[in-house]
Amino acid sequence: MTEAAYSQSRGREPRPRDGWIHRNRQTLAPLLFLAPGVLFFLFYVIFPIFESFNISFYRWDGLGEPRYIGLENYRELATDRAFEVSLWNNLKWLLLYLLAIPGGLFIALFLNQTVAGIRLYKSLFFFPFVISQVVVGLVFTWFYDPTFGLLNTLLEGLGMSPVNVLGDPTLATYGIIAAGLWPQIAYCMILYLTGLNAVDPEQIEAARLDGAKGWRMLWHVIIPQLRPATFIAFVVTIIGALRSFDLISIMTNGGPFGSTRVLSFYMFEKALSEYGFRMGYGASIAVVLFLIMLCFIAYFLWSMYQDEKGGR
Amino acid sequence: MLKKVTTAAAALALTTGIASPAFAELSGTLKIFSDMSNPAPRAVMEKMAADFDAMHPDLDVELTIIDREAYKTQIRNFLSANPPDVANWYAANRMRPYISAGLFEDVSDLWEEPEIAENLASTKGAMTIDGKQWGVPYTYYQWGVYYREDIYNELGLEEPTNWDEFKSNCQAIIDSGRKCFTIGTKFLWTAGGWFDYLNMRTNGYDFHMALTNGEVAWTDDRVRETFANWRELIDMGAFIDNHQSYSWQEALPFMVNGEATAYLMGNFAVAPLRDAGLGLDQLDFYQFPSINPDVELAEDAPTDTFHIPSGAENKEAAREFLRYVVSADVQTEINNGSNLGQLPVNASASVDDDEMLNQGFAMLSSNSPGGVAQFFDRDAPAEMASIAMEGFQEFMVFPDNLDDILARLEQARGRIY
Repeated sequence: MTEAAYSQSRGREPRPRDGWIHRNRQTLAPLLFLAPGVLFFLFYVIFPIFESFNISFYRWDGLGEPRYIGLENYRELATDRAFEVSLWNNLKWLLLYLLAIPGGLFIALFLNQTVAGIRLYKSLFFFPFVISQVVVGLVFTWFYDPTFGLLNTLLEGLGMSPVNVLGDPTLATYGIIAAGLWPQIAYCMILYLTGLNAVDPEQIEAARLDGAKGWRMLWHVIIPQLRPATFIAFVVTIIGALRSFDLISIMTNGGPFGSTRVLSFYMFEKALSEYGFRMGYGASIAVVLFLIMLCFIAYFLWSMYQDEKGGR
Repeated sequence: MLKKVTTAAAALALTTGIASPAFAELSGTLKIFSDMSNPAPRAVMEKMAADFDAMHPDLDVELTIIDREAYKTQIRNFLSANPPDVANWYAANRMRPYISAGLFEDVSDLWEEPEIAENLASTKGAMTIDGKQWGVPYTYYQWGVYYREDIYNELGLEEPTNWDEFKSNCQAIIDSGRKCFTIGTKFLWTAGGWFDYLNMRTNGYDFHMALTNGEVAWTDDRVRETFANWRELIDMGAFIDNHQSYSWQEALPFMVNGEATAYLMGNFAVAPLRDAGLGLDQLDFYQFPSINPDVELAEDAPTDTFHIPSGAENKEAAREFLRYVVSADVQTEINNGSNLGQLPVNASASVDDDEMLNQGFAMLSSNSPGGVAQFFDRDAPAEMASIAMEGFQEFMVFPDNLDDILARLEQARGRIY
């Protein structure tokens, strides 16, 4: 440092408190704490989303040179029957999976009492959610087994003809959804059980004095108070329905003849499975799935934002 | 993920000191990635690596065994990112993606050496793409009909030699309250085996290859003829019910329990059938009989292979390892009944004395004049194979959908090739 500069800087008498960092510490501290999370989120979530959009415009086997083909993949999707089947199946999953919410609510109401050993009953009802989806899939596959399965043994006992649930293209998807509902109802039940703890006893007392009971009590007094629990149950159920991959993979592997595929499974099959490696086509399926999810995500975010505003 | 690195037993090599002077001195490290993860193949691979290591004192053999299913997707990553010196794979069209991407080394030079050229001629076609050879085979196995000998004897049936006998046998079996064939099509490829045989017997090997290469339309009348033959069996009720819900292993009990009498399968089905209690006098094998007498018999015999990735660092040692694997002694040893229990690829090697292997070997070496196919999902490009095999499964359940299925396959053919 030259003498002049030295004296100049001394002349200003800089105090450490005046530093840029110090002046902006209120802004910097949270940014620094956020940085690792944000960087990882950008790299592992945001960047892949755009990369998927990009790859969906190419024909690429994952090994050679990608070739730009514009919207060709999407045009093929429009004529691809397997894709159409997957889309409809996704819709079935979304709608029927929502049954887990009323199912969970009623079990929760049923279990929300003080009897000896109720904790045990609660844990038993919660049990299916604890075991892995793969195990649930296997258990239901055996349950449905056309030759040795419990379901057909029962049906035969009742004098009915056996059904091959997972082998029948019209029934297979519903069979898998039923298997998926088992743990999902347990999940919703736990959400409602915690929600029921927060129900205000004074309001119930007041409603009772006004003569409300049974369904009216439930509909007008209890359920409105369970709104936060319902919202969370709705969110996890929708996400669960769109993520329905493992059950399908275990129970039918997409079959019979592709009738139980959903978008996520079809994407995996096209892009990453043994016979796949059409990265561009898989990416275009992923983009469609993303756009569907985006509708729900936008709704969830909007709804949470409204709540926040109301809360202030 | 099953993954284990077996490091070279350098000490063993030093103590035994049996480096044969016949071999050029190799040095450095030889990295082998293998998919031989089932217990018996795993032991074979570990022994080959250890023996090869002992033969070359200056060479370190590093073996990594990867789960067989996981390997099928991992190979794409490691071939381009972290190539070993030697890698397992499959013959025929399954090699093509890696050859087009320049990831497999051309080993045509090995195939010019007399030792290999003379002894491995039968599998050369399966290793050839674009006029060059891209690897060496180490084992293969026959496909055919494994049947319950005791039930055939009980019903007074003979091994069929033509299509009419095949069907009349089947009718007799159905009349006795059993099913002719067990099959589990949940994972689709088993139906591919049936299509392979029916099509090769109806239209011949060359037609079958043209079809899997996309040169013939799926809506062609000759293809329909194949399906018409298949339909005869389906309409008779030859196959077990609900096969679309079972894997090939889950279909085995039907044969063990005697509810079905035969299984069109690869030789790998013999071990589980014997383990399940079927004795030597209960289980036998016959070649899929002729349908159209004008076409020569051809067989499916899937071949498993070794390749050198083009990014390999120690290609000299890798070539020596490939020579070692296909040599007659090693072939005899690794394919015997206590190891892989399959057929050696080297013509000078001897086949283990096993009822099924002997029949398979005789069939492939002398009674398959039409040619030897790999298997539907190895001969056809992967994408075509998956769409077609799904169609075969649908056909087996709803034979009336045939027109729709063939139109779909034809559309896929137009796009894929």
